[in-house]
Amino acid sequence: MSSQRKIRILVAKPGLDGHDRGAKVVARALVDAGYEVIYTGLHQTPDMIAAAAVQEAVDLVGLSIMSGAHMTLFPAVQEALERRGVSDLPIFGWGIVPEEDKAALLEGGVDAIFTPGTPTTEIIEWIETNVRPRVEG
Amino acid sequence: MTGARAPAGSPSRVEEVLAGDVAQAARLMRDLDDQIPGAVDELKRLYPATGKAFVIGVTGNPGSGKSTIVDCLIGRYREQGLRVGVVAIDPSSPFSGGAILGDRIRMQRHATDPGVFIRSLATRGHLGGLSRSTQDIITVMDAMGNDVVIVETVGVGQDEVDVVSTAHTSVVVLVPGLGDEIQAIKAGILEIADLLVVNKADREGADRTVADLAMMLDLRPAEAREIPILKAVATRGEGIDALVEGLAAHRRTLDQEAEGRRRRLERAKTRLKDLLRAMALDQALARLEEGSGLAHLVQRIAERELDPYTAAEQVLADLFTPGPLST
Repeated sequence: MSSQRKIRILVAKPGLDGHDRGAKVVARALVDAGYEVIYTGLHQTPDMIAAAAVQEAVDLVGLSIMSGAHMTLFPAVQEALERRGVSDLPIFGWGIVPEEDKAALLEGGVDAIFTPGTPTTEIIEWIETNVRPRVEG
Repeated sequence: MTGARAPAGSPSRVEEVLAGDVAQAARLMRDLDDQIPGAVDELKRLYPATGKAFVIGVTGNPGSGKSTIVDCLIGRYREQGLRVGVVAIDPSSPFSGGAILGDRIRMQRHATDPGVFIRSLATRGHLGGLSRSTQDIITVMDAMGNDVVIVETVGVGQDEVDVVSTAHTSVVVLVPGLGDEIQAIKAGILEIADLLVVNKADREGADRTVADLAMMLDLRPAEAREIPILKAVATRGEGIDALVEGLAAHRRTLDQEAEGRRRRLERAKTRLKDLLRAMALDQALARLEEGSGLAHLVQRIAERELDPYTAAEQVLADLFTPGPLST
């Protein structure tokens, strides 16, 4: 049989704010790049995100965070993923994140943060360089 | 990466799936969906442990409320203490090959319930309203101990009726206000229904839709099986009791009557024929690559040197005859 790994990405919007436009724009760009995007919608708790990541066997978890709560939400999702046994899943995010926070998050194990103004092609490039080799390897 | 953590074909993964391990089952589903060699061997070993789950198909037009109905059904079956698997299918983009799989949005309240396993699948070019892997994913859900497996198809028009050869009981969801369009759908989709649900029944025209459906069902031969028409407002949970009862009643008839056996045989036959078709095609293409290749044959047909029927006959003859290739 002809086998082909298709990259699957969970796109989630944790926290309480209702701004899902950013999440949808990125999700759209990922679909146009040929990835399968599992979109879980608004108001996801970290454990909901982790449960979905396990059930959907995704290669990557993407978080859209516009609320300013990124310093709380990223570590919470990382812990939830660890509790569900998938701490090795790459995780990335986009939204309004100050440079110093971005550095701290990357230091804390988040694989990439994209801030406003980043062309979505840059996100795709990052996935092709950093995630595809793991998926196909 | 999925394969790297748990090598395909390892005996342990089959045992872990049978023990209900969600992460291992999810990875096996992934390997099956990606057609990773070896995953099918694991499926073969799971097969004897399957056949216990009640498989419900939910189909209908886009926007008819399929996901919300599935969400309600999950809730009711969980109240009964049953474990529920959900396979939700959305279309892949024919242009990029990507897909947005958004059915989980309507089922969020079950996201962390350990008795609920939701898996989203993209059609990946497969027609008929399901993905090529759907039956295999159902098998894994069955093997891991789910009592009920609900399959939500892509929003269908007329021909996407594969669900009938996959599910034990098929629910077709409609909404009021289809008007004359109901005439258009009667041929394909009504015939596969075991239960019809008119969702969003608080909208104007619901009674008219029910009456239209009843009239169309009356046009069938007198001995045709009864198909209940139910009204629902799934966003408020209304009509779900009747749906659950209707599903249970249909399951009882399948358990007791010859119809259940007939359908079991029909599903097995469809599955075998589907696999033969897919495997024969894969083998024929592989055999072609050993010889002068697909591209060469395609070129000769395009230039009218060879007709496609003769070409196909030659490929098939080569496939079943050992020795050198003639094309």
